[in-house]
Amino acid sequence: MSTATLLAIRDLHVSYATGEGPLPAVRGVDLTVERGQIVGVAGESGCGKSTLASTVLRLQPPSATVSGEVLFDGHDVMTMRWGELRAVRWAGASIVFQGALHSLNPVHRIGAQIAEPLLVHDPSLGRRSIDERIEALLDQVGLDPARARSYPHQLSGGQKQRVMIAMALACDPELVVADEPTTALDVMVQAQVLGVLSGLVRERGVGMMMISHDLSVLAELCDRITVMYAGRVVEEGPAGKVFSAPIHPYSGALSAAFPRVGDPAARFSPAGLPGDPPDPRNLSAGCSFAPRCPRAAEICLPAEPVLTTHLDDRMAACVRIGQPDPLREPTEVAG
Amino acid sequence: MTAEVTAPRLSPRQLARRRRVASWKRGWTRFRAHRSGMVGLAVLVVFIAIALAAPLLADSSGLDVTQADGPILHAPTAGYPLGTDENGRSVLTLLIWGSRISLLVGLMATLISMVIGTLIGLVSGFFPGWVGRIFFRLTEWFLVIPYLPLAIALATVLGRSLVNIIIVIGVTSWPGTALLIRSQTLSIRERAYVERAEAIGAGRWHQMGRHVLPNVMPMIFANTTLTVAGAILAETTLSFLGLGDPTRTSWGTMLDSAFEVGAITTGCWWYIVPPGVCVVLVVLAFTLIGNALEEVLNPRLRGR
Repeated sequence: MSTATLLAIRDLHVSYATGEGPLPAVRGVDLTVERGQIVGVAGESGCGKSTLASTVLRLQPPSATVSGEVLFDGHDVMTMRWGELRAVRWAGASIVFQGALHSLNPVHRIGAQIAEPLLVHDPSLGRRSIDERIEALLDQVGLDPARARSYPHQLSGGQKQRVMIAMALACDPELVVADEPTTALDVMVQAQVLGVLSGLVRERGVGMMMISHDLSVLAELCDRITVMYAGRVVEEGPAGKVFSAPIHPYSGALSAAFPRVGDPAARFSPAGLPGDPPDPRNLSAGCSFAPRCPRAAEICLPAEPVLTTHLDDRMAACVRIGQPDPLREPTEVAG
Repeated sequence: MTAEVTAPRLSPRQLARRRRVASWKRGWTRFRAHRSGMVGLAVLVVFIAIALAAPLLADSSGLDVTQADGPILHAPTAGYPLGTDENGRSVLTLLIWGSRISLLVGLMATLISMVIGTLIGLVSGFFPGWVGRIFFRLTEWFLVIPYLPLAIALATVLGRSLVNIIIVIGVTSWPGTALLIRSQTLSIRERAYVERAEAIGAGRWHQMGRHVLPNVMPMIFANTTLTVAGAILAETTLSFLGLGDPTRTSWGTMLDSAFEVGAITTGCWWYIVPPGVCVVLVVLAFTLIGNALEEVLNPRLRGR
């Protein structure tokens, strides 16, 4: 095991070619995942989270242009040769995909699909050792090993997601990227799956990048959280603090969107945030969150705020941090 | 608890086999409910039985011109139920032995055609960029070439033999299959499990063979029966045009020699009608089965 940082994303830009010109989905993101660390990435739909995840294994669609570095164990994934990239895919870093229900091929048995990455990376493996490995993996994620002979349609959603986790762990990766692993599941199953996932990550000391729109889930599981908005990082810091005491107004809105236990008022009217994320094709010059921001002021408009360090180990991209709230101007800038 | 007592516990293997048997039964039930498909199957079974049992039904010496002792171009009699040809052979004997060649050519040519069509369809649908584009253009190119002149030219160049006619039909009838498989491949390529396969580091051939091919298989099966019909018709056509194997009797060569001796103008209907009807029946049978299979295998067509 080398001593380099497990995953270091440096100034990553990704833009998609569309009929109406380039669509910048990720604009200058920095992110670091150390071994044994769980890093959460939060944000609304369409803010570039999944695009970020796909670049880790260079899985972005062909229409995307990427600049910046994605260093996996010190090697840039974007400039790797095909053979090296194949070795990194799954054996180095694996993905738990968003829709387990669709990521399993309906015509193959579960066991065969878990064996697939093993065989792709080592075709010489014997049948017996593969069978043993499948059994061990299914057991680890809390499934009956006899399930290996089932077809995907015979499993429930939670079971399928567990199969996906078993598959992600098959080649003993050093990094697991979980792209909204629990989005399609109900709350009970979600808790089980997250428990399995974080337990395994801690046990094996691998790094994990966990993507979710649910800040409360991330706060519970992660060491650090990165909040993204319109393709940029707006806040980064220790998980608990980002959730309980956010310093960027967008993190605040995300955090406030979840009703808290023991607060009946929040239960009945969870604080939402009006409006939608901006269209990345025509962003305004200033802070891209300003049109929806409750604290927006004149000062937010001229230039996009830079990510700066606050309170020792936290970073946020907002010029209004530290300015007293009562001074706040009326929000006529919203239009 | 009571459920466990009444139902014996099955091993996963037994369970899986039971499920597979059940799914075959379900498919068979659906096929049986399809009346025209059943008619086609019955007709086909009769023809295959005749072809297999040819040595029992008619002596092969009846095909030998030198041993023929019947009257020439005689109308049906008790001794010759379907009359005789210009050499004094029994038309019934020719018909029975001809079914072997016609079915053999149809099936073998289809095999070649399906292999080529599936491969090219998969590659042209799966590979982005110039590789896929070249194969797609190749398909289109073959599609617009008039089929018959191409087949005639090929058959002339290769020479007249049974193997050559199989090859000629095989290499000229694949473009339709390739287009079909390509369109299906394009849709399956976008499924999440193919992306997953890419993420695990699988190469394109692995993704194609393990994930795309099994999912287009039902379509290939349904298409096969339809292609057989076309291949048998093609064999008849080429033989009728005098490009068949002159040493073997097929329905096509029978029609060819009937035409040459002027059976139509002289009113020898017993020489022309039987092989013609047989071709129509077999082609129809395959088409009916193909349509029925498509409906059984494609749930979206069901219940219409």
